[in-house]
Amino acid sequence: MTDRGVLLALAAAVLTALAAACLVGSTPLGGERVLAALAGGGSAGDRVVVWEIRLPRAVAALVVGAALGASGAALQGLLRNPLAEPGVLGVSAAAALGATSVIYYGIASAGALALPMAAVAGALAATALLTAAARRVGSVVTLILVGVGLSSFAGSLTALLMNLAPHPFSLSDMLNWMLGTVANRSFDDLLPAAPFLAAGLAILFAGRRALSALTLGEEGAAGVGVDLPRTRRLVVLGAGLATGAAVAIAGAIGFVGIVAPHLVRPLVNHDPARTLAPSALLAGLILVLADIGVRVAPTDAELKLGVVAALLGAPVFIWIAAKRRGTSG
Amino acid sequence: MAELCIRDMDVTLGQRDVLRGASLRVRPGELVVLLGPNGAGKTMLLRAVLGLVNRRRGRVRLDNDDPALLSAAERARRLSYLPQSRPLAWPLRVRDMVALGRFAHGASPGRLGNEDAGAVERALAACDLQRLADRPCDTLSGGELCRAHMARAMAGEAPVLLADEPTEALDPLHQYQVLSLIRAYADAGNGALVVLHEAALAARFADRLAWMRDGRIVADGTPEQTLTPERMTEVYDVRATVRRIADDWVVAVSGPA
Repeated sequence: MTDRGVLLALAAAVLTALAAACLVGSTPLGGERVLAALAGGGSAGDRVVVWEIRLPRAVAALVVGAALGASGAALQGLLRNPLAEPGVLGVSAAAALGATSVIYYGIASAGALALPMAAVAGALAATALLTAAARRVGSVVTLILVGVGLSSFAGSLTALLMNLAPHPFSLSDMLNWMLGTVANRSFDDLLPAAPFLAAGLAILFAGRRALSALTLGEEGAAGVGVDLPRTRRLVVLGAGLATGAAVAIAGAIGFVGIVAPHLVRPLVNHDPARTLAPSALLAGLILVLADIGVRVAPTDAELKLGVVAALLGAPVFIWIAAKRRGTSG
Repeated sequence: MAELCIRDMDVTLGQRDVLRGASLRVRPGELVVLLGPNGAGKTMLLRAVLGLVNRRRGRVRLDNDDPALLSAAERARRLSYLPQSRPLAWPLRVRDMVALGRFAHGASPGRLGNEDAGAVERALAACDLQRLADRPCDTLSGGELCRAHMARAMAGEAPVLLADEPTEALDPLHQYQVLSLIRAYADAGNGALVVLHEAALAARFADRLAWMRDGRIVADGTPEQTLTPERMTEVYDVRATVRRIADDWVVAVSGPA
């Protein structure tokens, strides 16, 4: 399959999944009624179900997945490590820390942009720290360990913040941030994060060509003409913006940024630059489908999307890690 | 065509002087081989020319420009570099890996213009890789992989090549093949500065040998002028017999000096 073929097939699958997300749910709604509601017709109740409940939630899952998939693919290219991913490296946890600190200290009321900005700030701090650490430690395994430490640290700071928060909070709020969900999202919730997400994706795509050259290692990449500091800045900034925005929308959803690039890579001859776009689409697709699963699962309390993502993704992470032989990596 | 000129270059890393007053010239069409023991500063010299390490003193000119002051892309278009360590993070196809040599021309593996595709094909042909072009790099033998890296370095079609131990870990036949490739590259009017460990192989192919020890270039001249038993002792601390048979050289090391 050509690159274009891969992208078209994924795009078609994403559209199908979005349509399915509009059709499936606790209120039975036939295809005609969904179509009518989408077109702005149908009954008021149908329009609410489609436009205010099902579609925003599916779109949230799609854009969050796209942001995490592209960030994962870009970080993997930069760090030359298939295990690098916003969740594993603690970028998502740091973004969640930024988001919760704003919410629980009432700064969120300062404006709609406060929440995504805080999440982006947390994510940027984490990506910058990791990239600096990557240059120092050299070993990719060590870097993953640094990320795991960062993730735990940001997670416990989040818990501490909530313990000390002046406002009452519930355990489920915390779970929402740490496990991730797109339940009850409206288009108004997506709007403040959208510019950050779009900017992050645009920056990642603008810098993707250098990721191919980094296959040769840093010295080899510099030799063929890569401006390494600029490439690092672009990936840190792009992944920070995209991941921060994704976390502001849905909390910290892990592993999807590992699974999607891993599945896509053989289809694009393992070229890191060409992994980005299909990874974004596939990760979006995975989260839209997982969220449909979450909604139809016959459980009393609703499953968290992040839990499903981890159930699918963590085994893949372990599998890739176990397959890497020796200590050279 | 371009001329590379290095004058009085000093490089200090931490407390250590790794290069001291190194001067060297590589003219168009010339293949110059850097010889010397481990730690003599050969790799550092290449890296300092590129500006990958800071020079404390001295000047480097590629025609009229200092490569360290050029943008990364322009430097790569004029100066091709084959580093000593050549990791491959992902199992790219051979053709895609070679296409990375066109990065500075704006190309990427998935998107090659006519000019870039032509350069990639020429490099593949020169290194006898057409048959392997669609194979993933991780399925190649050591010799094939080495040729693929050579092709990557040649695909940029820069007028000067810096190659750091391009024959490392190769058997004699493949060493000979890689040096023949570099010789042909120089014969086409390009300059090549190559780090090698085998004095006999170097003498067989090089126009000049530059001998390094302790960060200094202690001798620079044709193989006839500089490859002597005394030089082997001075540079490598070994006793050696040197003999010339037509175009070939035999250097037999018999033990520590």
